[in-house]
Amino acid sequence: MEKNKPVLMQGNEAVARGAVDAGINFFAGYPITPSTEITEFMSRELPRRGGVFLQMEDEIASISAIIGASLAGAKSMTATSGPGISLMAEGIGYAKMIEQPCVVVNVMRGGPSTGLPTQPSQGDIQQARWCNHGDAPAIALYPHSVLECYELTIRAVNLAEKYRTCVMVLSDAMLGHMREPVLLPDLENVKIIERIKPTIPPEWYKHYPDNPKYRAPLASFGDGYRFHVTGLAHDDHGFPTTRPDEVATMMNRLKNKISQNIDDLVQVEVFGDESARVAIFAAGITARAAKAAIEIARNHGKKLLLVRPLTIWPFPDEAVRTYLSDKKVILIPELNQGQLSIEIKRILGKSKKTRKIAELYKVTGELITPEEILDTLKEVN
Amino acid sequence: MKKIPQKEIHKYLRHNKKFPHVWCPGCSDGIVLGATIRAVAEIGWEKDDCAMVSGIGCSSRMPVYVDFNTAHTLHGRALAYATGIKMAKPSLNVIVVTGDGDASAIGGNHLIHACRRNINLTVICINNHIYGMTGGQYSPTTPHGAIATTMPFGNIDNEFDLCKLTIGAGATFVARTTAYHAIEMQSIIKAGFEHKGFSFIEVMCACPVIFGKLNKQGSAPQMMKNLRDSYVPVNVYDKLTDDEKDNQFPRGIFRNVEAPEYSEKYAELVKSLKPKEGESDEQA
Repeated sequence: MEKNKPVLMQGNEAVARGAVDAGINFFAGYPITPSTEITEFMSRELPRRGGVFLQMEDEIASISAIIGASLAGAKSMTATSGPGISLMAEGIGYAKMIEQPCVVVNVMRGGPSTGLPTQPSQGDIQQARWCNHGDAPAIALYPHSVLECYELTIRAVNLAEKYRTCVMVLSDAMLGHMREPVLLPDLENVKIIERIKPTIPPEWYKHYPDNPKYRAPLASFGDGYRFHVTGLAHDDHGFPTTRPDEVATMMNRLKNKISQNIDDLVQVEVFGDESARVAIFAAGITARAAKAAIEIARNHGKKLLLVRPLTIWPFPDEAVRTYLSDKKVILIPELNQGQLSIEIKRILGKSKKTRKIAELYKVTGELITPEEILDTLKEVN
Repeated sequence: MKKIPQKEIHKYLRHNKKFPHVWCPGCSDGIVLGATIRAVAEIGWEKDDCAMVSGIGCSSRMPVYVDFNTAHTLHGRALAYATGIKMAKPSLNVIVVTGDGDASAIGGNHLIHACRRNINLTVICINNHIYGMTGGQYSPTTPHGAIATTMPFGNIDNEFDLCKLTIGAGATFVARTTAYHAIEMQSIIKAGFEHKGFSFIEVMCACPVIFGKLNKQGSAPQMMKNLRDSYVPVNVYDKLTDDEKDNQFPRGIFRNVEAPEYSEKYAELVKSLKPKEGESDEQA
């Protein structure tokens, strides 16, 4: 593809291009609307690049195959939608537990169950946080444009490598299927994080070193380090344990590698006027409507502020406190029944400053329009 | 069959892992582990080049004891993990250890599709006819009429013949042996390792503590004798009359055919897509 020239691209294609540019060389997937274009792109592109594409028998097999491939040294990914994530949940938890890098894309559609397969939704925001059983933090990124689909997929692959975990990219049926002109960056300027191979003698190798910065060498199967992984609670060599001190070390490592690196993980965009008394908190496709609403309001001489998380998980608590705690009205438009607003209320609910948290939910498969945002603000303000 | 001295076997075990193992007294799993290691030693595979992958259950605890690249994965999913490992690094010899419930109940879908794909993996399925780790619930291979904690009045369900199932699904190497026939087991596992394609080896096992106790099968040695008497070589079995076949089962190699293997077919595809000299690889 010609660089330095905008090309018309679909969101799902941008995710797939971002993935291969970030070094994804193994993809296993199962067809599901509205994510199938990512799988189809990979089936064309990866064999040409010497990578591996597999269409598996279901989503459970897909997540399993990509974790297996990652164990054998591949940079691996799968893409699906909500029903597929439900099936992959146990595998996502396993990847977090054995600390093996991989990326899962969820192009969200209306739910629950089969729901509205071809229509957008933001109903899986809390699922992205809590899909696996047991305590384990999540990393999930949510773009709002086709270009960001490309950029955040690269970032997801990098974060998976850096933090040795399963990272999720959220998209939705609208973002995945819409086309925008995109100017892709020169790949030379894109930072790609590669896995560091161990060089120490095998007998010194610990598969789970105590390292808060978390950029430790990671051996793969066949490298000569012959480690063990298990979904059972394990010690720092990966062997099963029920010793409370060893279990505590493991659980703390899983938690701390996220909670101690919030600044590195969390990205937010602040759009509009910071001095505004009325603010909007919105993510993904809904943030597009919020931006349009802010432009309309500005033309009428009214100030509005948008805070948009690019990182949904870990949640941008600090940015919410910084930008939203002094606002008179905070509107949270979302394509679900309050999955983002529950977090805003958690963060700001105990503050004594008077403020109104207004909600605008839509779960009908339609998008929220800029006019609906402005009308709701008129009603509550 | 080469005799592998005991000292050789120790080389393949993880000594920093606290033995004794988790298996019950009289369990056959250790015999299968021994035969598997002997087969690897006989071929002479390097430990670095071997990966052992398992699901969940008694048999699936095996990988932690061997000094290979090892993954104890999720219930039923070992074959899907192994498929990812094999396709990402085809040079690895990938061994899957699973049980009857792991392979054919929760993992049944992955089993038939791995057979169909004919990917070069060797599956050692340890069949003890029951869910041992959870205390004796009936599995897809629990015999009709047998007692299980979830079939307290006798099993009314039908059982799978895993060898027929995998042959039907397209596996290119299918064999059955028993824990009693440990020497034969070693040579069958070795043949499975050497087969290029999907190999399925069912090892009939004694579970005296759970299945045996529930079904009054006697002591562990008695259960081994039962294995000896119930499983006859397939060429002998085929000549039995229908009456004689009652309570007798065939053992041996049932299928061993050559067919294109998946990871090799994929490598050929990749090779065929490489731009020829002088051709541009630019995509429109």
